[in-house]
Amino acid sequence: MDIFVQQLINGLVLGSVYALVALGYTMVYGILELINFAHGEVTMIGAMVALSVISALVGSGVELPGVVIALLGLLAAIPACMALGFTIERLAYRPLRNAPRLAPLITAIGVSIVLQNLAMLIWGRQYISFPPILPQGRHQLLGASITDVQIVILITSVVLMLGLTILVKRTRLGRAMRATAQSPQLAGLMGVNANTVISLTFVMGSALAAVAGVMVSAYYGLAHYYMGFLLGLKAFSAAVLGGIGNLAGAMLGGLLLGVIESLGAGYIGDFTGGFLGSNYQDVFAFFVLILVLVFRPSGLLGERVGERA
Amino acid sequence: MPRSKRQVWLTFIALGMMLALLPFAVDFGLGRSWLRIMDLALLYVMLALGLNIVVGYAGLLDLGYIAFYAVGAYCYALLASPQFGLHLPFWAVLPIGAAVAGLFGVLLGAPTLRLRGDYLAIVTLGFGEIIRIFLNNLNAPVNITNGPQGINQIDPVSLWGVSLGKTHQLFGITLSAPHQYYFLFLLLTLLVVFVSLRLQDSRIGRAWAAIREDEVAAEAMGINVRNIKLLAFAMGATFGGLAGGLFAGFQGFISPESFNLMESIMILCMIVLGGMGNIPGVILGALLLTVLPEALRYTGNLQRAWLGHVVIDPSDLRMLLFGMALILVMLFRPAGLLPSRQRKRELVAKGDVAVQEQASVYDAKR
Repeated sequence: MDIFVQQLINGLVLGSVYALVALGYTMVYGILELINFAHGEVTMIGAMVALSVISALVGSGVELPGVVIALLGLLAAIPACMALGFTIERLAYRPLRNAPRLAPLITAIGVSIVLQNLAMLIWGRQYISFPPILPQGRHQLLGASITDVQIVILITSVVLMLGLTILVKRTRLGRAMRATAQSPQLAGLMGVNANTVISLTFVMGSALAAVAGVMVSAYYGLAHYYMGFLLGLKAFSAAVLGGIGNLAGAMLGGLLLGVIESLGAGYIGDFTGGFLGSNYQDVFAFFVLILVLVFRPSGLLGERVGERA
Repeated sequence: MPRSKRQVWLTFIALGMMLALLPFAVDFGLGRSWLRIMDLALLYVMLALGLNIVVGYAGLLDLGYIAFYAVGAYCYALLASPQFGLHLPFWAVLPIGAAVAGLFGVLLGAPTLRLRGDYLAIVTLGFGEIIRIFLNNLNAPVNITNGPQGINQIDPVSLWGVSLGKTHQLFGITLSAPHQYYFLFLLLTLLVVFVSLRLQDSRIGRAWAAIREDEVAAEAMGINVRNIKLLAFAMGATFGGLAGGLFAGFQGFISPESFNLMESIMILCMIVLGGMGNIPGVILGALLLTVLPEALRYTGNLQRAWLGHVVIDPSDLRMLLFGMALILVMLFRPAGLLPSRQRKRELVAKGDVAVQEQASVYDAKR
C-alpha cells in the first residue's frame, strides 16, 4: 500500500510537469492544428537559462535564500522562453500558414534540431546539475514520503492550470483564442486579430514550458541539452491521450500518463511475474496510449467529430 | 515534349553508365568512406520510397517507420549470425525479414484504422518506440536480441557462393566490399523504384490517392478503405524490412540505437523535403539528407580558410546547420524540392475550390 501511495505521488508530480508542457502543445494545436515539435526544446532552454542564472548567483556568493535564487532563475527563464516561442512562430511557422500541412511539421523538426545543437554549443554536452539550494524537507503522507520540491511542483502546476483555464474561459483574450480556434476567418470578421492571438498563444505556451523546465530540472537535479526531446514526446503523448486541442484533456492526459508511468514502473514486474522489469516503463505508457486511442480515437476528452463531408 | 524512342533509350543507357561508373569515381575522388555513405544513401532511398507509399500515396502520417527497418534488420541478424548459430542463406533471410516486417505493418495498421491524422502519428510513434524498447531489453530473462550491445558478426551478404564482404577481381577490376554492395543495393533500389512507379498508376495506387484526398468519398465510391489502408502499411513495411535486412548484412553489426525516433523523423523529412508522393523528389530528398550531414563535417576546412582557425568543432556544428537547412528549404519550397504535378497545381491554384483542395492536401484534419 505505501508503495502504491508513493508511486501515485511520484506519478502525480511527474504528471503535472507533463501536463504543463502538454498544455503548450494542445493550445497551439487547437488553433493551428500544428504539432509544435520544438516545444520540448523550449522547455529545455527554460531549464538551461534558469540553471545558468542560478549557478551564476550561487557562484557569486550573494547572500540570498535558496528559494529566492531559484525564483530569480525562473524569472529569467520565463521571458527568455516567451521571446523564443514568439520568434519560432514568426520565423518558422507563420510564413507557412497556407502551405501543405506537413511543411510546418518539418520546420518544427528543424527548429528542434537547431535549438538542441545551439544548447549543446552554449552549455556543452555534459549534464548540468542543479545547485542544492532548495529545502530538502520530507513529509510523511499515508505511509509514503513527499518532498518539499514535490509539493511546490504540485501546487504551482495546479495554480497555473487554474489560471490558464480562467484566462481561456473568462477573459476577452481567451474568447478571442477560442474563436480563432473555431474559425480564423470568422474570428477575423468579428474583429479578432488572428496573428496576435496566435503569437500570444505561443508566448503563453512557452511561459508554461519555462516553468515546467525549471521544475523538472529541480526535481531530478539535472539538466541536459537533450532533455527536451523525451519530455516533449511524453507531453505530446499526454496531450493526444487527453484529446489534442482540449485544455482539460491535456491536464488529465498529463496526470494520467505520469501516474500510469510510475505505477507501471512499480508494478510491471509483479504483473508479469518478474518477466518484464521497470525498464519497460515506457512501453507501458505507450501501450496504454495506443489502447486508449483504439477505443476512443479522439482521446479521452476530445470531442467526437463527425466524419468530414 | 515528344521524344523519340531512340532518345529515351540513349538517356537510359547514359544514366545506366553513369550509375555504374559512379562508385569508381567516388572511390577515386572522395575515398572509401564516401563509397560507404553512398551505399547507405541507397538504403535510405529504399526506406524513403517505402514510407512514401504510406505517407505520400495513402496520406497516413507514420512516425514509427523505422520500426520496420529494425524488424527487417533483426530478422536478418538473428537468422544469419552466431547469435543463435543460424546461418541461413541470403535469399532465404531477406524475404523472411521483408515478410515479417510486412506482418508487423498489418499488426500496426489493424488497430489504427479508425485513427486520423495526428492521432495516427502518435500511435505509430509509440509503436516504433515500443519495438525499440523491446529490442533494447530482450536480453533477459531469455537472451534474444542481446540488448543494448546489439548483435555483431552478422554474416555478410553472399550471392551464389560469392561473399560481398570480401574484395573480388572481375575482368581485372578490383571490387571492394562497398563496391559490390553498391551494385546490389542499386539493383534493389531500381526494383523498389519500379514497383513504386507501377503501384502509383495502378488501381491500388488510385485507391490510395482517393482515401488520401477524402476518405468518406472514397468509401462511397466503393473502395474498401480497411483493406487498402492495411495494404499501404504492409507494402511500406515490406520495403522497410527489405532495406533493414540489407543494412544488417552490409553493416555486420546492429544495435537498437540505430533505430530511434530521430531516424523515423529523418525519413519523413526526406520525403517531405524532396516532394511527397513524387518518386524523383523522394529520391532526391533521401540522397540530399544522407549526404548533407556528412558533407557538413567538412566545415572545419571552411572555417580554417575563412577565419584562419577552427572556431567551432565541425561535429558540433553540422547538425545545427542541418536543422537550419531543413527550415530554409521548407520556407522557400513548402511543397518540397520536386513536388508532384498535382501538388504543384493545388498550391498555386486560386479560388474557392482550390482553397478547399488545399485544405485537404494530406489532410489530417479530424
